[in-house]
Amino acid sequence: MLIEARGLGLVRNGRTILDGVSVSIRRGQIVVVIGPNGAGKTSLLRVLLGLWEPSSGKMHRGRHLRIGYMPQRIQIDPILPLSVRRFLTLRHRASLARLREALERVGVSGLLNAPIQTLSGGEMQRVLLARALLGEPHLLVLDEPAQGVDVAGQGEVFTLIDRLRRDTGCGVLMVSHELHLVMAAADVVVCINQHVCCTGRPEEVSRHPEYQRLFPDAGVHGIGVYTHRHNHVHDLTGEVKPVRTAAENTGDAR
Amino acid sequence: MLDDFVTRAILAGLMVAVVAGPLGAFVVWRRMAYFGDTVSHSALLGVALGFLLGLNLNLMVTLICVMVAVLLVFLQRRQELASDTLLGILAHSALSLGMVTVAFVEGLRVDLMAYLFGDILAVTRGDLAAIAIGGLLALVLLVLLWRPLLAITVHEEIARVEGVPVLPVRLGLMLLIAVVIASAMQVVGVLLITALMIIPAATARRFARTPEGMGVLAAGFGVLAVLLGIWGSFSHDTPTGPSIVVAAMLVFVVLHFMPFSRRQRALPPE
Repeated sequence: MLIEARGLGLVRNGRTILDGVSVSIRRGQIVVVIGPNGAGKTSLLRVLLGLWEPSSGKMHRGRHLRIGYMPQRIQIDPILPLSVRRFLTLRHRASLARLREALERVGVSGLLNAPIQTLSGGEMQRVLLARALLGEPHLLVLDEPAQGVDVAGQGEVFTLIDRLRRDTGCGVLMVSHELHLVMAAADVVVCINQHVCCTGRPEEVSRHPEYQRLFPDAGVHGIGVYTHRHNHVHDLTGEVKPVRTAAENTGDAR
Repeated sequence: MLDDFVTRAILAGLMVAVVAGPLGAFVVWRRMAYFGDTVSHSALLGVALGFLLGLNLNLMVTLICVMVAVLLVFLQRRQELASDTLLGILAHSALSLGMVTVAFVEGLRVDLMAYLFGDILAVTRGDLAAIAIGGLLALVLLVLLWRPLLAITVHEEIARVEGVPVLPVRLGLMLLIAVVIASAMQVVGVLLITALMIIPAATARRFARTPEGMGVLAAGFGVLAVLLGIWGSFSHDTPTGPSIVVAAMLVFVVLHFMPFSRRQRALPPE
């Protein structure tokens, strides 16, 4: 067990943001937190990360737990001269070979010496992921990993996360409001709206009345409808690559 | 050699510039220009209290600056007032409080102009030693804190999750700023200290490709400004502190707007 939280409550400025939320994440497991806007998804992440103190509840984190964190979006002022290479080694020094390997893994190998401010949103997401990986985390925490990426790219992001989980055996906790793709990649879905509305395997959650009430447009067959069937995909440089969808990679795992 | 007041002035100026440059880079990166201003404005209060209590002035100034800096961080975190409002209130209150306190201290005749705009030509051997000790302390602290400080400057939350001890590092930065202010007070005065930190750093940005490079270049441009300023002050009989700042500004203007096409710039101008 990497993190186990029981009955987390969070009150900020007199407003209840979280109420009795319980979540646990195991090694090698992908846990996805979904919920409507303002449901407290990001707040829950921040409490689990230890950035905010919960107002109530208990949290147990594994000893010497190493976390790799990828926040929602990050902006770095152009006044700071910083290359991707320097950005990756801000905390942990690493050999050039390891840096190259980390960038290769997330599919942006050409960016090592680029100024960090010249990156596109999608490239920045991947560089953030590479930095998280360099710390050899037991747990990857991702806040809206596919935000600002088009639908085809989103599938690629989730495929990548799933592959990283398999390669490194780390646990993954992510927050998303993108339902279909992310649920296809999840082992456990936690649907919250201040409190936990429902939780379980993706198929169970998508049939749950609370879920259907929160996301009326999702439909009962939500997961199936959106799994990708492109016959090719484009990588970041625009080159055509053979298709590997999230569904294909995760489908037989369940 | 140290008997010559010009030599002493130049040495004091150079030591301050070498620390103020790289520290100024952080002030610029972290958008702390007004924060630095506010803290330096409180230095005069430190002078008055030092006289009143019969304590070492540099020590007292450092102490007061650290206290004001910590108070500021605390008040900013509570977010009851917008940051610029808070800084505006504190900067001018601190300065006025300092001047009023100076007036209250009986028998104390301080040359206010010297504290406000610096009096580098009056630097004594003792002052020089104090600046050297403060400068060395600040430089060592800066080198030790550089990496974690850079990590929290780029993204504080990632750094925290990665295990950077954010609070001690931030307190270290406050201490650094306070020590540099205490040293720089004699060179350019409390009103102009921030200029000595941010103008050389801003000048350096265009030529730097790494954070470290920007810090070193900022130190270099600071040194250049001090030399030019002292020379100008001598040859034209102008006040030295403001002359140093004018020199820094001229270097900035010339280098910032000078077109150069030798190689592709790393980034377009903001």
